[in-house]
Amino acid sequence: MSNFPVLDFSYFPGCSLATTAAESNLSMMKAARILGFNLMELEDWNCCGSSSGHTLCKDLSLEMAARNLSLAPGGRPLVAMCPRCLSYLRQAQTWLRKDPEAHRALEERWGRPIPLDLEIVHFLEVLMRYGRDRLQKGMQRSLKGLRFVPYYGCTVFRPPGMAQEKYYQGEMENALNVLGAQSVPAAYTHRCCGSFLSATDPELVTPLVNEIIDSAVAEKAHCLVTACAMCQLNLEIRCTSGTRLPVFHFSEMLALALGAEDYDGWFIRHLVDPRPLLQGLALVA
Amino acid sequence: MNLSPSASREETDLPMRVINPGERNRSLAAEVKERSGTDFNRCYQCRSCANGCPFVAGMDYPPNAVLRLVQYGLAQEALESKTIWVCAGCHTCSSQCPMGIDIPGVMGALRLIALEQGAAVARPDILEFHEAVLHSLKSYGRAHKLGIMWRYKLRTRHWFSDLDVGLKMLAKRKLELRPSRVKAIKEIADLFKCHGQESR
Repeated sequence: MSNFPVLDFSYFPGCSLATTAAESNLSMMKAARILGFNLMELEDWNCCGSSSGHTLCKDLSLEMAARNLSLAPGGRPLVAMCPRCLSYLRQAQTWLRKDPEAHRALEERWGRPIPLDLEIVHFLEVLMRYGRDRLQKGMQRSLKGLRFVPYYGCTVFRPPGMAQEKYYQGEMENALNVLGAQSVPAAYTHRCCGSFLSATDPELVTPLVNEIIDSAVAEKAHCLVTACAMCQLNLEIRCTSGTRLPVFHFSEMLALALGAEDYDGWFIRHLVDPRPLLQGLALVA
Repeated sequence: MNLSPSASREETDLPMRVINPGERNRSLAAEVKERSGTDFNRCYQCRSCANGCPFVAGMDYPPNAVLRLVQYGLAQEALESKTIWVCAGCHTCSSQCPMGIDIPGVMGALRLIALEQGAAVARPDILEFHEAVLHSLKSYGRAHKLGIMWRYKLRTRHWFSDLDVGLKMLAKRKLELRPSRVKAIKEIADLFKCHGQESR
């Protein structure tokens, strides 16, 4: 299926990619197959603990994340696409490294080892570490002419205890620039999308989302591209601005440039139809 | 109205508070520090957090003022504030904090203490939302969005707010009818030993 030597990874989809944002998962799996990344879904994974776990019980969220680590086979890195999932999986590992007693207790409880040296990486890190030349060789459609805002939301902000960890700011631009698109960074790329407040406080979130979209419009961007499925949803459902730009999952643009043909199934799930934009740029039929 | 940039919300909007030494809860600060693992005594009230917080408009106290309430031992004000519930944990504040304080960590510790002590919850609807998510996690091990929104609507009775958004999401098949489930659900359910979960 791929023209490149195959690299193996464990893969943690997370709740959003498994359901609401299935189009993000489908397009990422497609891109990974083309690039020769074999993403093997963790058997019987659970919620990473980020959603509301941490809100009412700190240990609960860390233990939920730790259970996922106990499901990961050794010898290959664990990849996540959702930034929140990534952050919680890493926080749980950091916690277990510092607390041998908790580590031992959880291993005993589940009867499985929890490897503390497991490498936990974001898909963007995999892409830029192993895939930079593969991207160039695998490109089937140039994204030339597409002006996009790389929207990270709060995903590159971390608690101070995690501040020394690797991060991936700038990698969306690096990847999509290789594929011909033009990044427009002078917009609100790091404003939080509203998270759960989108459900409980829409009147608080809507003006903030409008500011983000309006800042992209002011920079004459055609669209926003985000690494986080929750951001993608919130930016779509909470925008009431006059001009509503399409918001893509990063993996959709990636797979499109790599020649994917099954994009209709992804784009039909968007609330702001991105097809007129892509047809205008002759990227899709 | 004072528009100078240094004017903070607690100076402009909130009444002057006289603190009676007898009403101070001296153990609160130590407990929050222990639970959050962050030393908020480093805070010198520069207000970077309040300036950066995207959601400060929905709060009664800006984040820096909550730190101050805890330092002063004004437990009731801190535990019954809206701020601790509105905080979305986006870490814009702690990324900007010159003293590297984990401010959302402090908010999290205060939420837990508030629930344990039975303090009045200033945003019960937000608590209902989190409870609905936790119910889904306990039942399935994963978040089932349609079930979460249904339960949230049932509890808050905000039936018609956001109906249009919900219908659009259903039409786009973004709300799955059936939950995605963990097989070894007992391993998950056993982790739920938090405050209040057994009773719900």
